[in-house]
Amino acid sequence: MSRDRPIITFDNVDKFYGDFHALKNISIHVREGERMVVCGPSGSGKSTLIRCINGLEFHNSGVLTVDGVEVYADSKHIFRLRQEVGMVFQQFNLFPHLTVLENLTIGPIKVRKVSPSEAERTARKYLERVRIPEQADKYPSALSGGQQQRVAIARSLCMESRIMLFDEPTSALDPEMINEVLDVMVELADTGMTMVVVTHEMGFARKVADTMVFMDEGEIVETAPPETFFTNPASSRCRAFLDQILDH
Amino acid sequence: MSVADTSYTPKGRALPQRQPLAKVIDSVTFSVIVYAVIVGGIVWLSYSGAQAMGYNWQWYRIPKYFYTVTEDGFQWGEISIGLVKTLTLSSLAFALAVIMGLIVALLRLSGLVICTAVSIGFLELVRNIPLLVLLYLFYYVLGPIFGFDRYWASILCLAVFHSVLISEILRAAINAVAKGQWEAATSIGMSRGQAYRYIILPQSVRFMLPPMTGEAVHMVKSSAIVSVIAVAELTTIGRNIISDTYMSFEIWFTIAAVYMAVTLILSVGVSFVEKRYAVDT
Repeated sequence: MSRDRPIITFDNVDKFYGDFHALKNISIHVREGERMVVCGPSGSGKSTLIRCINGLEFHNSGVLTVDGVEVYADSKHIFRLRQEVGMVFQQFNLFPHLTVLENLTIGPIKVRKVSPSEAERTARKYLERVRIPEQADKYPSALSGGQQQRVAIARSLCMESRIMLFDEPTSALDPEMINEVLDVMVELADTGMTMVVVTHEMGFARKVADTMVFMDEGEIVETAPPETFFTNPASSRCRAFLDQILDH
Repeated sequence: MSVADTSYTPKGRALPQRQPLAKVIDSVTFSVIVYAVIVGGIVWLSYSGAQAMGYNWQWYRIPKYFYTVTEDGFQWGEISIGLVKTLTLSSLAFALAVIMGLIVALLRLSGLVICTAVSIGFLELVRNIPLLVLLYLFYYVLGPIFGFDRYWASILCLAVFHSVLISEILRAAINAVAKGQWEAATSIGMSRGQAYRYIILPQSVRFMLPPMTGEAVHMVKSSAIVSVIAVAELTTIGRNIISDTYMSFEIWFTIAAVYMAVTLILSVGVSFVEKRYAVDT
């Protein structure tokens, strides 16, 4: 399969919240296996951008396709699509009434109709991958933030998603837990997973990103490979932003 | 020197000592005495009032209305039979009310204009009719039209009346589950129905249990109103016994105590269940 095939395409996409213009004429594409890191000041539309990809929000005009299927509110493919696209949230959003193992298996069992024994096998495999196999029978509240976020990543992996979206996955974590999550994400990137990551972790971005995207006020201001992005950004807005977050 | 060190005595102004009188008033013993005096006073007033009007207390005749043991063997009395009727009536009505309440709540939350309108219409209609009038409507109007008897008229009436209150409890409990749970369920491909069933409703149980207990207690108590259409439950039985025996004081005290016992048992039972669902997020 060609790595150049676009798997996510935005074509003149606009999104409004009432009068607020959240996404302004976005045109961008993500290739299969590409790792894209989206950054920008808060309120710039980064989260909205990735939430549109799996239909947690719907855009108002333009065309958005994921794996060749168009995304819109009444699409009958939307449930199928969401299984293909995993999402990791800033607040983890684990299911607190289920154990870690149940968090991982409920999707495969109820949505993908996988047998419980097979779902459990897959779940244990991915718990191993995110390095917390021993926590399988605990409830999420008994885990640290970093562990919870790794469970959340494993939960998405259990759906055998081909695309993973990360919405500021480390922003709610204590500093000493950020690396354990980033390590898992780097490993995931090494497997060739298509990833779109909203983050302020520029070290991570430098290490794994194929493409850097800078957004401000609902627009994509700059798209560049990391080498150019960090050393020689074209726009002054982007340079100002980078100065601010890289300065310390 | 650490703060916890007991040898440390603060220099300067001493803390004001509590007045001896305040200590006495705050003590448990004092509360119990006050409580006993008030309750005792009420009992004594009622008793002496009853004596003054020449009331003939006949408590010894009460137990046989619970059960009798004769040479024919053990037999349940009228009050026990009435209690069972009250309990079956209330629990049937409660079960129906929960189902209807859930439907109304889900319609309201569906986000579809027509469904929301239907549920709000139902809510306002039922909420603004007094329970007694609703009961008459069910018994005298809907009963003959749809052909159900007084027993079913009372069950349906209680169910409809309480479904409105329950739907609001369920709606609040569903809304109390964090929005992120919806998003997480949605993003692993769950449909709305699956998200409700596996993720949202199980988590909302702990938010709905305390007010639902209140509703169950409320249901048992409001079931007494069906005595006006002569359904043979606890209150009706009480009235019947009084019309035979004229022991109104003893019987109403007893009936009240039976209702209280049922509702207290209910509350205590649910508080155990609540502990089971006390998941921290």
